[in-house]
Parts: sequence; C-alpha cells; structure tokens
Amino acid sequence: MQDTPLTIAGRTFHSRLIIGTGKYPSFEVMKRCHEASGAEMVTVAVRRLDLTAKGEASMMHWIDTKRMTLLPNTAGCYNAEDAVRTCRLAEELGMSKWVKLEVLGDEKTLYPDVEETVKAARILVKEGFTVLPYTSDDPITARKLEDAGCAAVMPLAAPIGSGLGIRNPHNLRLIREVIKVPMIVDAGVGTASDAAIALELGCDALLMNTAIAGAKDPVLMASAMKKAVEAGREAFLAGRIPRKAYASASSPITGLVGE
Amino acid sequence: MNLLVNGEPRQVREGSTVRDLLQELKVTAERVAVEVNAEVVRKARHAEHRLNEGDKVEVVTFVGGG
Repeated sequence: MQDTPLTIAGRTFHSRLIIGTGKYPSFEVMKRCHEASGAEMVTVAVRRLDLTAKGEASMMHWIDTKRMTLLPNTAGCYNAEDAVRTCRLAEELGMSKWVKLEVLGDEKTLYPDVEETVKAARILVKEGFTVLPYTSDDPITARKLEDAGCAAVMPLAAPIGSGLGIRNPHNLRLIREVIKVPMIVDAGVGTASDAAIALELGCDALLMNTAIAGAKDPVLMASAMKKAVEAGREAFLAGRIPRKAYASASSPITGLVGE
Repeated sequence: MNLLVNGEPRQVREGSTVRDLLQELKVTAERVAVEVNAEVVRKARHAEHRLNEGDKVEVVTFVGGG
C-alpha cells in the first residue's frame, strides 16, 4: 500500500517527523540530528538578540534552509497579544507566514492556555498566517482551532519536555476523528516506542525536541525516531489485529505427529 | 535622545533612524527583526523610520526552540 505524503496548507512533506532546534549540546550535533531524523520542518524560537555578545555564531548557519521549512514558535508567550506580536516578528525574520502558535498557561506545567490560543489563532488566520497550534488533548478545543482556520492541530502527548509518552491515547484518537486537518502530536514523547504509538494511533505527524536533544546520543536517537515514525505509520496503514483475551495458535492444530 | 533597546536604556543622537541604531549596535539587518513600540518596522523602512524620545525598541532573532 502506497502512503500519501503529509500535506499541510498545500505543502507536501515526505517526513512525518518535525524536530526542534533547542537544547542540543552544540549546533554541530543539532545539524547532525536534523540530517539523521530526515525531518523537513524544524521549529525555532524568537528572542531578543544579545547585544552584548560579540561575533556570536548564528544558529541559522547550522540549519539547511533549502531542505527545511522553518516553523517559528511563540514559546514563552502567556497571552494572545504577545503570541500575535511574536508571530509578526517571526514573519519579518523568516519571510514566511508559517508559525507554531503556543500560548502557555502556567510555568510549572507549560500547559497550553486554550482560550488564549483560540483567540490568537483567529487573529493570525485573519492576518494570513499558516497557524499550527500547540494545544491540549481536548477534542472540543481541537475543533475550535480547526474552525478558526488553523492548518493543523497539535495536541500534546504529555507535558513539554517530560518524556512521559502518550498519556491519553483515547483522546488523541477522538481528536483524529473530529478534525479534518492534520493532527500533529507535539510534546511529551520520551523514546522511539512513544513515537511509534503516536503514529499507530493515526496521528499524521509528530513534533519533538527534548527527546532527541536530551538523549545521551542525540544523533542516534534522531535516527531511532525516524524509524519509529516510519514504522508507526506503516503499522497504522497496515491495520493491526484486534486484541483478544485468549490465545489463538499460529500453527495448524491438526496433523501433529503421533496423533 | 533616550531609548529602551531590548529592555536596556540607550542613548542615540537626535533624528536617528532604525538603520542608524542597528549600525551603532553593529547588527546586520538581515539576521534580525525590529519592533518599535510593539509595531514591526520592516527592513525596507529601516532607513526612513525615525526614532523618538522614549521609544521602546526590540531587536530579535531566531534561537533554538521546540
């Protein structure tokens, strides 16, 4: 069975893995992770330039922008107004209107403030942005974000950077059922099996940063994630067997020697 | 003339434009985005946008993030 490529807002991606640019031990390791992951989209953050640093190396030199779609985020914003402002700056910086909208509600959980997220999404869509919002795993909010005109919906698997894996597979399945735009699981993945589960559930893509950047060997983990995402997607398309309470023999039960 | 640049007070001469400020900061316009009083000033307008006393200027760039 031939898979159809992931399409977001009319742009086609052959990789279903989107990765971050934060927390790597070095820019060189980051670049090697980007290559090993096969990702075609990377997230970046918008921050004040350090005006005291002299001749500081720019991270952008280490990103292959010919291959990668840049997805600036609004991480660190706690209200719609700041998030919209950050997106306008990101557009000026990156010459693109693609943004990962992230409006947080709380510093401890980094849980999204869905009310402010929906509010910001409406403004940004009106301004012509292609909005990919980070959100909770609540199907009602997912639908509101789709109705607001978002190009995808990105529910969390678990809190950002927690590595707790897919905490509520049922909700992710519900969201996949109620929305038509791509569902990208964003945040919470810890290791390759978590990534495979996300795709097996029917998620269209997966966004991660810490699981790769924080691994003991980030480049090897990037490669593992690439394979896990591909394996999970293939398993989803192949269709898993139903779960049964009792055994069912794989070998014929007749014709045994000595019968 | 006093400005607030990335949250820090800074003095520039009267009549300075955004381009003048960036030159003084030794920052190439290509790698930053500039906001004056919460409004983006596009690169094409850096040379004509004059700064005023008390303006709040933000000079931002892309950094690593998830």
